[in-house]
Amino acid sequence: MEMQGFRKGDSLYVYLSGEIDEHSVSRIRRDADTLIDENAGLSRAIFNLAGVKFMDSTGIGFLIGRYNRLKRYGMGMYLENPNSGTDKILTLSGVYSLMPKV
Amino acid sequence: MNEMQLKFLARSENEVFARNAVAAFALSLNPTLAQLSDVKTAVSEAVTNSIVHGYADGEGWIRIACKTDENFLHIEISDSGRGIGNLEEALTPFFTTLPDEERSGMGFTIMQTFMTSFSVQSAPGVGTTVKMSKDFGAKAEADAM
Repeated sequence: MEMQGFRKGDSLYVYLSGEIDEHSVSRIRRDADTLIDENAGLSRAIFNLAGVKFMDSTGIGFLIGRYNRLKRYGMGMYLENPNSGTDKILTLSGVYSLMPKV
Repeated sequence: MNEMQLKFLARSENEVFARNAVAAFALSLNPTLAQLSDVKTAVSEAVTNSIVHGYADGEGWIRIACKTDENFLHIEISDSGRGIGNLEEALTPFFTTLPDEERSGMGFTIMQTFMTSFSVQSAPGVGTTVKMSKDFGAKAEADAM
């Protein structure tokens, strides 16, 4: 699992790629929080999932954790470009009601 | 009919190995990509449960037994961990015993939704066994999802 972030206008873009599971998430959680903290003044964060080849429910927990951190800074969270497998699990768990798909 | 068995240590680094091994074994049944993705996700959920909950206090073995039967893949994933005290609670969507660790509580719900059949047996102090099957013949239904 890899993560890249950049700032564009008043948005933080976070590109996730690879396989998201218990093992890979534990290595990236702190980096994701650092990225959010460094961009705390922006209005939203957009997580691009186009490169995510696999995700299980650990990924759901990871996304909700980042949503909660962004909310503390008053920042909204959005998801874009999940593949069909990722989309299925995101839909089932209802996270799009918290972080809409754009 | 074909069979295989795996036994590996309950370490998170083995999750990717476990789900890909089961997916590779299933290839002889000509699954669609969507069906294969369902199986990988369900296996990942069961194995994660064994690692995070079953063996929370240490390390142990996880066993996977797979069997093909016509269009069906039968999977049994078991551990000898601490077991589940309240199964009804554990099967409730969004229920988790570890809310502080960013757990979604969706593992069993995903296994139930993504597989054709699902059951779990558990005894405190003895371990947990998840049995689930996927019907790869039901292609129209799987592709529509």
